[in-house]
This record gives sequence, structure tokens and C-alpha cells, in this order.
Amino acid sequence: MLRLLQIEFEKLRYSKASIILISTYFILLALIALFAMIKFDIGPIKFHFAELGMFNFPYIWHFNTFVAGLLKFFLLLVIVSMVSNEYSNKTLKQNLIDGLSKKEFILSKFYMVIAFSLVSTLFVFIVSLILGYIYSSYTEPSIVFSDLEYLLAFFIKLVGFFSFGLFLGVLVKRSAFAVATMVVLFFIEFISYAIVSGYNRGTELSDKIYQFAPFKSLWNLIDEPGSRLSAVQAMAHQVGEDLSYDYAVHWYEIAIVLAWTSIFILLSYLLLKKRDL
Amino acid sequence: METILTINNLTKKFGYLTAVKNLSFTINKGNVYGILGPNGSGKSTTLGIVLNVVNKTQGDFHWFDGNISTHNALKQVGAIIERPNFYPYMTAYQNLKLVCKIKGVHQSKINEKLAVVGLLDRKDHKFRTYSLGMKQRLAIASALLNDPEILILDEPTNGLDPQGIHQIRQIIKDIAANGTTILLASHLLDEVEKVCTHVVVLRKGEKLYAGRVDEMINSHGFFELKAENHQALLNALESHSNIGNLKVEGELITAFLNDPMSASEFNKFMFEKGICLSHLVKRKESLEEQFLQLTDNQ
Repeated sequence: MLRLLQIEFEKLRYSKASIILISTYFILLALIALFAMIKFDIGPIKFHFAELGMFNFPYIWHFNTFVAGLLKFFLLLVIVSMVSNEYSNKTLKQNLIDGLSKKEFILSKFYMVIAFSLVSTLFVFIVSLILGYIYSSYTEPSIVFSDLEYLLAFFIKLVGFFSFGLFLGVLVKRSAFAVATMVVLFFIEFISYAIVSGYNRGTELSDKIYQFAPFKSLWNLIDEPGSRLSAVQAMAHQVGEDLSYDYAVHWYEIAIVLAWTSIFILLSYLLLKKRDL
Repeated sequence: METILTINNLTKKFGYLTAVKNLSFTINKGNVYGILGPNGSGKSTTLGIVLNVVNKTQGDFHWFDGNISTHNALKQVGAIIERPNFYPYMTAYQNLKLVCKIKGVHQSKINEKLAVVGLLDRKDHKFRTYSLGMKQRLAIASALLNDPEILILDEPTNGLDPQGIHQIRQIIKDIAANGTTILLASHLLDEVEKVCTHVVVLRKGEKLYAGRVDEMINSHGFFELKAENHQALLNALESHSNIGNLKVEGELITAFLNDPMSASEFNKFMFEKGICLSHLVKRKESLEEQFLQLTDNQ
């Protein structure tokens, strides 16, 4: 496993485009901290993000993993090009001739996916911890280290999403087309979901079905955190709306994404195995 | 003799097209093999199959004694097929370092092999800045990194200029002189003739011949003859039992032998007949002539 990771790392470290994308991603992650600085002060409306309680432990775990999850697109580009470039440079063929097996090839990419996800999760953990200690109203360890399941969900979400990208890279062989395919698939899922839920207004049928769809299952892992803010809750309460969602990370949501991950990796392997290069 | 590669009844179909048909042959250690055949005869497909990049349809093959998986066996093989494939954004040295990691070879070999192909002074330049000849030489260095049991080369001089072709040939000859087993696929016959001891001849995916180069066709060679008295020479030739076919091109007569006969023996016979030759050369068919004869016959 270490050997395969080393091989992948060698391939990546000299690629300028990948290095730029990866650095951009981590810089943006770090910039989550800037949310804390946002202050509106327009006459009667005073607005300071940090004072809304979004950096309170343990809520910060939820908020930061959600926002960081939106940035994963940068790493997706790295993953997809990491796979498709092997096709366009024909280095995949050379790797196999040099004695890498097809299984090892897919595994090395998958290990890289896990490594990226792990590092991102660690990074978000550290940034959140620092931000939290600066702005949070509560800093007792028992509160600080509660709700950590959002980090697990974040990790699984990245692994699932990047595995999807890996599979499309193997399937389509061209980075641009692979990303385009993903966008098209996203819209197909999104529009069909909208139609299904439109016809079944008031029931939970569409959510019950679409929790198994690839994009929706990824989305479900970390629910939208905005409405959980006490300020927002209070406002909603005043207009008579009840916003009490179920925000928790559920085991079955994780299981669905893990199932998709294994399907994507297995399909990538079978596809590569069947192909003549 | 130690076998390196055994191929049994290998078949590959691309849809309706059969690229390789029921092919069998064995590669033994220490010989230099050529795979000959016109374009599209299945050379590259066969190599692709044994190198793990093309899936076979039927039949089987195994490396060495057959107790080792293909991808592990390939770590003891050096191969270049078609164009050199490396990461364009990496330098020669970085590319070879990666190959070392894949093959499980120590990095100390890199400079040694770059020196063999004469690229040591360019090792820190990016691969994409290389000329085709340099890329091909880098590919050879990469294939040699693990001191392979066998070196497989598929059209190594394709697309190179005369100087590049010469360099590559010289490198191949040097490697062959060290006793490394080589398998060279080419449609350039003089290339194969210059370095190979054994050949496998393919046409449309089928094997026409496998064996030593000099035993490829049943031939005892031929004489090229000229004499002042052209007609007397022809008559004498027709009367001799060892002489088979005759080919006349102007003054020059080519006489093919049915049975072995030395040039001095022949000369003596002519002298007894009272014919003085002005030109006498005994030759064997070149590989090109043998190849054409073989592929035309079937």
C-alpha cells in the first residue's frame, strides 16, 4: 500500500496544474476563517457572522464541514485529471508493461482518494478547532469534542465523491468530458428529483427514493446547517414556521455512500480489466 | 534450455477481425528473436497480450516457468511498445525514478542506464523537450533499468532519422552482445537480419515460420554467373543435375541449387565443359528474399 501511494505521489508532485489546484483548495479551506470577519453594519442592521454563534462548539463542526464540502470540486479536478492523463499520455499502458497490475493501478488511485480525503478532514478539523477556540462561547472539552460525527461524514462524503470522479475518469478517459459527464448526471438526478417530488407533494416518497441516488446520498450526509442557527430558528419561530429538521448523521446515510464508493471502484477495475489498451 | 516465454494457441479477436490466430512459439534464453510480418500481421497485438495490456480471446501464455503472475514477471522484463510513453511534465530522471518504484529496483541504476543510451547530460530536462530519438533512447534506458531477462522492442526505429536509427541499432547490438535475450518486432527486414538469430514470421495473425534465421527456407543458395559464351553456359547449366531453376536477366544468369555444391566444385565442372566464367558469386537468399518467398508461397 505504501509503495502504491509513493508511486502516485511521485506522479502528482511534479505536475504544476495539480499542485496549483491542491494549494488553491487548501487556501480556500483556510479562508473559511474569513467568514468570521464578515460584518455588515448598515444603519439599523448589524450583522456579524461570528456573533451569530456559527463558530460555537459543537455547531462549528457541522457548519465548517458543510462549507468545506462545497469546495471539493477543486480536488475533483485533480482526481479526474490524475486518471484521465494516464490515458492521454498513454502512461497507463507503460505502467502495466513495467509490472503494475490493473488492480494495483486502480488501488493506487483509490489510496490517493483516501489520502486526499483524510488530509482534507484533518485540515478542516484543525481550522475549526482554532476558529472555535477563538470565537466559541463554550470551550469545555466535553462540548468541544462532541458531534465529531460530522467529520466522519465529511470524510466519507469526500471519498464517495472522489471515487465517483475516479470512475468517470476511467470511463470517459478525458478530464473535461469526465467533469462534463458528472455535471450532466447531476442535472439528470436533480431535475428528475424535482419532477418526482413535484408530483408527490406533501409526501416523503421522493426523498425516500432519492436517498439512494449518488448525488443526493452525498448531500444527505451533512444536512444544510443554516437553519440550525439559533438566530435563524428564533426568526422562523416569530413568523410561525417550525424549522426543526433532523440534522444528525445517520448510519444508513453513511452505508449508502460507502456502497456507492465500492460500486464505483469495482466498476473502474472491471472496466480497466476488460479494456484493451 | 531455459525458457523465458511460452505461447500456446493464442488467439485474439477484435470483433470480426482475428488479429492473432492460434499462435504458438517459445522464447529461449540467450537468443535474439525477431518477429517479422507486414503491418497489421498481429505482431504488436501478440506483444500486447504477453505484456498485459491486451486481453487474449483464447489460448494461454506464461512467463518463465509459469509459476509467477504476469505482472510480477513483467518486473523482470524490459519492454518498449510503439511510441515511448512517459510523463511529459517530468524530467528523464524523475520518470525513471518512477519506473524504479514500480519495478522495485534501486535508484542507483538510473544514471548507469542513462549513460548507456547517452542521455546523462540531459537527465534533468523535461521529457516533453526531447526529440523523438531521445525519447526512444530514454525508453530503452527505462526498459534496461531492472537488468531484464528479456528485452522486448516493438518497431524501435519507427519514425527515426537515419542517425537515430543507427544509434538505436548500435545500442541493441551492444545489449545483445552482453547475452541479454531480445525479442524484436519489426517490418524492416535488414534490421532483423543484422541482429537476430531466430525469427517468427507472421502473416494475418498466423505463424508461417518459427526457427533459426538461416533455416527459414529450404535453400542451398544460388550462383550468379556471367560468361563470354552465354548460350553454352545455359546449356551446361541445364544438363547439371544439381541445378534447379534458372533466371536470366540480360548477361546475368542466376542458377538455384537443388543440392549443396561449393563454388570451386562448380567452377571445376564449368572448366571441364570448356566454359570460362567471367563472373561467379555464390550467395544465400537475403532475409528479404526468403521472407517474400515464404509469404508468397502460402
